[in-house]
Amino acid sequence: MSPTLPALRRLAPIAAAGLLALALPAQAQIKVAILQELSGAGATAGTNAKNGALLAIKEINEAGGILGKKIEATVADTQSNPGVAKGLAAKAADDGVVAVIGPTFSGSIMVSMAETKRAEIINFTGGEAAAITKQGNPYIFRTSFTQETAMPKAARYIADKLKAKTVALLYVNNDFGKGGRDSFMKAAEATGLKVTADISTESGQVDWSAPVLKAKQSNADVVFVYTNEEESARALRELRKQGVTKPIVGETTLVGQKVIELAGDAANGAVAHVGLTVDAPNPQVLKFKAKFFQEYKYIPDHNGIKGYTALYLLKAGIEKVGKPDRVAVAKALHGMQISAAKVPGVLMDVSIDDKGDLDRESYIVEAKDGRQIVKEVLPALGAKKPGA
Amino acid sequence: MTDFLQLFVSGLATGAIYALAALGFTLLWQASGTINFAQGEFVMLPAFAMLGFAALGLPIAAAFALTCIVAVLVLGWGFKRGIVDPLLKFGMMPIVVATIGLAIAMRNGVRAGYSAEAHPFPSLFADKLFNIAGVTVTLADLGTLAVALLLVLGTQAFLEKTVTGRAMQAVAQNTESAVVLGIDVPRMVFYTFAINAMLACAAALLVAPTYLAKFDIGEPLGTKAFFAAIIGGFNNSRGALLGGLIVGVSENLSAAYVSPTYKDAVALVVFMLVILFKPQGLLGQKVERKV
Repeated sequence: MSPTLPALRRLAPIAAAGLLALALPAQAQIKVAILQELSGAGATAGTNAKNGALLAIKEINEAGGILGKKIEATVADTQSNPGVAKGLAAKAADDGVVAVIGPTFSGSIMVSMAETKRAEIINFTGGEAAAITKQGNPYIFRTSFTQETAMPKAARYIADKLKAKTVALLYVNNDFGKGGRDSFMKAAEATGLKVTADISTESGQVDWSAPVLKAKQSNADVVFVYTNEEESARALRELRKQGVTKPIVGETTLVGQKVIELAGDAANGAVAHVGLTVDAPNPQVLKFKAKFFQEYKYIPDHNGIKGYTALYLLKAGIEKVGKPDRVAVAKALHGMQISAAKVPGVLMDVSIDDKGDLDRESYIVEAKDGRQIVKEVLPALGAKKPGA
Repeated sequence: MTDFLQLFVSGLATGAIYALAALGFTLLWQASGTINFAQGEFVMLPAFAMLGFAALGLPIAAAFALTCIVAVLVLGWGFKRGIVDPLLKFGMMPIVVATIGLAIAMRNGVRAGYSAEAHPFPSLFADKLFNIAGVTVTLADLGTLAVALLLVLGTQAFLEKTVTGRAMQAVAQNTESAVVLGIDVPRMVFYTFAINAMLACAAALLVAPTYLAKFDIGEPLGTKAFFAAIIGGFNNSRGALLGGLIVGVSENLSAAYVSPTYKDAVALVVFMLVILFKPQGLLGQKVERKV
């Protein structure tokens, strides 16, 4: 007995130091998992979102982290595949992350958020399908508008500004496109627009001659295009090829930076309602654009903003609660109003409702000579009539 | 009627690209009894190579020429020496599996090593529109069709009219006799692989402006080209052209008149009908062949 006690005593500090070493990084860090579409049909959206998120993490960590704790991020590729996304979300839950950023594809988040909900992990998504926040999941938060906010704004623009009566609708047959189609139909009805052609297209569709021809035949006043990035570019090219002179209107993706790059001159004149744009007449957004360009040497699209602001929303939530407690932070985020003056990282004044949907100002944007030109700033819905 | 024609013409342009890739299938089959399921990726890689050379400041013509040379070395010689030669003695199956594996490796190699995003690709033809009897046709459509036709017919003429071409055919028909006749068999087989690689480069040049340069464009292209080759006749180069055009046009027509959802199934349906009723393909001959 007597030889063991001193031995133990000598060991104790070492053991304690070892324990500390083990415990310190685990406590001093806030783990987040970035699950994005880094390949497949969503590669453009996912890559931008990932880069935006990583930029925000770098900034936050350089500024001392959240409540003094550094953010530690893991990045994983969902391959634009809902099954893979679900698996990765389950893995993130096993890793004990505080928040999951992504995926961006509506079809993927609809499946993967079941995992984060079960593990009570805060999940930010750039997905826009209306159904995402309609399931009563208390852990899901958007970084973009739901289609139910965006489509009425777009429909109002078509009816009031373009004085159109009829619309030909081209949409992509996936969760994102179908959700958008339904929301648009509802919005069109409310504004008195008639949808004369309702044309479904495939995700990854290469040859657009048939759908564009159908839209052309319908002779509608406006062609509304609602598909993912690459398909939007091909659609714009084909619309131009077939000599469609009617206004081409869309929502966010249609005039996205990548679409403009891929479609070239064919994008000129296309107009869209955009919830987020790096060309917004807003000093914070322009600053973000410059920082992003400096880091990655290209100009991000709206998905870059989604990924970036997600981290700052999380930061605001954690700081309000005072500790990275997932359940409490999720509760705090609901109904929270964050002003860009206090948290510059959110870029624009934003309010989160009880379902995790966002409200903030938005824009009407035209594609012109390879750039986005903001034509109009639309106020936040809540700014006019609360609860709308 | 103009609508029908519009779809028909667009379909011909798409079909011509399928035909180029399909021609590669038939060539390799005829000359070496190989089926290359990485054919689509053989089109995707040169597209990226051309983008790479163009990024170095080369004009697209020079980039194309350089890419052809690299492709003949890598996708022609390298593919033959690295995969086909060592495996062919074990029969067809190992090659099929190896090329499927090669396709996956190439796709993911580009995805991981370069980029998973789509990249714009400069068009070979000016952005011009023609209106012929109510049908809008782009110069790119016409040009693609013309270049593809020229390449297919040129390859055909080369095989039939030149000594080298005939020697290649002799090798394909009866390798032993070809040896007896003093034909350099390995060299003839290499020529086939080289031509295949160059056709892939040409297809890349035509396909990338519309498909955009992306790591996964080879997958649908390879599948459609395989169907096209079977439909036209696996042992006939002209069959590849016919098969490609049939697939391209029927896809477009069915997307408009049936449903876009079934667009991709059409090639498969035509393929099955041909297999059922004319297994040698529309233009193929029934041959007992030795591999």
